[in-house]
Amino acid sequence: MARTEKKKDVVLVGFGWTGAIMGIELANEGLEVLALERGHDQATVPDFQYPEMIDELKYGIRYGMMEKPANTTVTIRRSLDETALPYRSLGTFLLGTGVGGAGTHWNGLNWRPMQSEYHLKSYVTEKFGAGVMTEDMTIQNYPVTYDELEPFFDRFEKVAGISGQAGNVKGKIVEGGNPFEAPRSDDYPMPAMPSTWDGVKFRDAAKAAGYHPFPSPGGIASKDYVNEYNMQMGPCNHCGFCERYGCYNYSKSSPQTAIIDALKRKKNFEYRVNSEVLRVEKAADGKTVTGVTYFDHKTGEEVFQPADLVILTAFALNNVHLMLVSGIGQPYDPVTNEGVVGRNYAYQITGGYTLFFKDENFNPFIGTGANGFCIDDFGIDNIDFAKEGFIGGAYWRAGQTNGQPGHTMALPAGTPSWGAGWKKGIGEWYGHSMNIGAHGSVMSYRGHYLDLDPTYKDRHGRPMMRMTYNWHPNEIRQTQFMKSKMEPLAKSMNPTTLQEGFKKEGAMFDVRPYQTTHNTGGTVTGSDPKTSVLNRYLQSWDCHNLFVMGANVFPQNTQYNPTGMVGGLAYWAVHHIRKDYLPNPRPLV
Amino acid sequence: MRDLPGLPSRRTFLKASAASAAVAGVAAVSMPAEAAAPAPTPLTEYKPDCLKPTEWAFVMAAVARLIPSDGDGPGAIETRVPVFIDKQLAGDFGKASDWYMVGPYEPAASPLRGWQTPLNPLEIYQQAIPVFDDWCKATHGKIFAELDAATQDKALTSLQKDEMKIKPELREFFGILLANTKEGYFADPMYGGNHGMAAWKYIGFPGARGSYKEWVGKHNVKYPLGPVSISGERG
Ligand SMILES: Cc1cc2nc3c(=O)[nH]c(=O)nc-3n(C[C@H](O)[C@H](O)[C@H](O)COP(=O)(O)OP(=O)(O)OC[C@H]3O[C@@H](n4cnc5c(N)ncnc54)[C@H](O)[C@@H]3O)c2cc1C
Ligand code: SF4
Repeated sequence: MARTEKKKDVVLVGFGWTGAIMGIELANEGLEVLALERGHDQATVPDFQYPEMIDELKYGIRYGMMEKPANTTVTIRRSLDETALPYRSLGTFLLGTGVGGAGTHWNGLNWRPMQSEYHLKSYVTEKFGAGVMTEDMTIQNYPVTYDELEPFFDRFEKVAGISGQAGNVKGKIVEGGNPFEAPRSDDYPMPAMPSTWDGVKFRDAAKAAGYHPFPSPGGIASKDYVNEYNMQMGPCNHCGFCERYGCYNYSKSSPQTAIIDALKRKKNFEYRVNSEVLRVEKAADGKTVTGVTYFDHKTGEEVFQPADLVILTAFALNNVHLMLVSGIGQPYDPVTNEGVVGRNYAYQITGGYTLFFKDENFNPFIGTGANGFCIDDFGIDNIDFAKEGFIGGAYWRAGQTNGQPGHTMALPAGTPSWGAGWKKGIGEWYGHSMNIGAHGSVMSYRGHYLDLDPTYKDRHGRPMMRMTYNWHPNEIRQTQFMKSKMEPLAKSMNPTTLQEGFKKEGAMFDVRPYQTTHNTGGTVTGSDPKTSVLNRYLQSWDCHNLFVMGANVFPQNTQYNPTGMVGGLAYWAVHHIRKDYLPNPRPLV
Repeated sequence: MRDLPGLPSRRTFLKASAASAAVAGVAAVSMPAEAAAPAPTPLTEYKPDCLKPTEWAFVMAAVARLIPSDGDGPGAIETRVPVFIDKQLAGDFGKASDWYMVGPYEPAASPLRGWQTPLNPLEIYQQAIPVFDDWCKATHGKIFAELDAATQDKALTSLQKDEMKIKPELREFFGILLANTKEGYFADPMYGGNHGMAAWKYIGFPGARGSYKEWVGKHNVKYPLGPVSISGERG
């Protein structure tokens, strides 16, 4: 028998980055706000404390901070005619759980997409002609412009505490920053972080080649900092246990360091952990939602939580799954190309060179999640799609994040994987290599989508979500283009030896090695309800008191890590909820 | 003295005790106040948490080839990797507690699709070791642990290349054996391997120091300090 809880003004499903942003902004509006979080409670102290936190086996290899596939996972297939199989043990992407979500153990690389990415379809067709798109490509424009979003990117960067060097402030190019970035109204709130040797070598080589290197922008505090919610950050120790770990030092920007402690002090805010939302409940007329039903893991019962406003803040894949199991919006059918929920799923394509320098010391254990230098010379705005034969771009970065030997041990090709040769290899090469990575965009396609699996069920008996995804020739051409440009640069650095790792023609999606947790699309934002789930305010076209945050709203993936955009869009949406929706709840478009 | 079947050579043990003596020696010199850590149970007397005697003998012999003791740097035996593997297999990892282990299963699916066997890691060790031993016997005349080192290397290579066409349910065996061996070599010593932080010292990883603010700008200069462990060992 389901228990029913007292009605709230707002219920947030998930308490990570977007949940924290929505929580504090709507609590500041005076509403009764409840966040439901499926995982455990966690805070810097005691959960991320030194030295227990910096345990590679527990967190880096056995994924101690992540959602366990035993609790939540997806099934994956590479094509419509393959049988999807469960993603049983973690590899290619890692889902967060517990208070703070993936925002606690991310790298902190923080970006605003390039200017063409907001209106990509128009940009492509107007500049190069629709013929450059592959026939199955389903890219579309954001229904909101960069200029509209700019104040909200700025806001997120100031809340999260991002360190970086601006390259374009109000149209003025600033030496040392990224000259290709969209114009920003203000500099980053903190100066850029200093870089380790690998990043500096890359910077110098890139400069010599005529490129435009700039320090990686990241949610890693370069100095003491206090944000608008009066939350404090202290300067980072470059501890080398950043990605996959919580920060013991209040230096990585996370929901905890930037928002949650301030939010917890508000009397009109409440959060409940071990509370896993199973579905959103629709009103009888289907035009609004009435609240959510969640599973209370403490009491082992289902609970109905009524609310006037429901906001999904459960991370990209979980948000889409909740929409599918709640039956809100028409599920996408790739055969007829009709329906919207699950449409335009995309991911990220990465590749790179590893350079070995026999006589140089990189001290790889000194690092942060967002270390080093980048270039955007091969960014999406800078590529002639007609000439190169693909749509997309990539930013490049060199900057070591960790030297944890159990999962980060680069060895020259040909080194045996075990035995005397392996042992000799690790002695010779640990600490003597560096990496340059290309982080590339992924377009959306008719055959790449999310739906409900016909066979596999989760522990609550709900159908699991099924992901259909593979590498598309357009992205393979893009990544091979990056290789052709990176090779001469890498060689110009005169390494003892070097090796490449770029996907080649025919590459199949491999779920085993970690790639990125940049899963996008599935409930995209758009101007047409036939090709989008959400309007420009991230409001459901079907139920006006349901809003959905996260990278699942991206019509296609950008060339960057998603969170800068996710945070900017959350501030944009909540601004309009406060200003336009609350005074008069209705469809805003 | 002849080497005992199923056990690493006597030379390895001498090297192992010399290594721990060296560790203790360093500790005694630099930190006189700290009581010398009690010597750990010799591997020959260790009572495994989950591995049966034949399985233990196999793991001892296999890891001694995967990370051998000769040459520079410690081997898997001196760093007590078998203890690590036994403890991991006895715990959540061995039971695949964190993984989605509900059928239907397709163990013969492409390896790119990840773990698809119905077996958990402990079951894979338990079922694959006898299969591999039988193969070693049929092909090389003896079970793995009794073969000489060169033949053991050959047999492990065959296993890695799947020359024996092991059934798909057991396909992950070599992969997890090698991964677990390296994990035990590099993990914090509190998990039973990386004894004396010897693997970290060998490659120059400072372990759980985790604080390098003043070192970021020292480019291309080798970091001078040895490792520390989570439980406070200093090397
Ligand atoms: C290892 C790693 C590295 C990353 N590095 C970067 C990076 O460098 N730069 C970047 O931009 N991005 C990075 N990301 C991605 C980044 O973490 C996410 O974009 C960001 O956290 C998304 O915010 P969110 O609010 O959508 O989801 P999250 O922050 O993950 O929060 C979602 C929360 O919802 C909870 N939840 C889920 N389902 C339910 C349910 N049914 N009921 C109740 N609660 C639920 C989850 O437990 C979680 O706490 C990384 C991610 C990972 C895993
Ligand atoms: S590298 Fe810096 S920000 Fe990242 S976890 Fe370590 S101290 Fe925190």
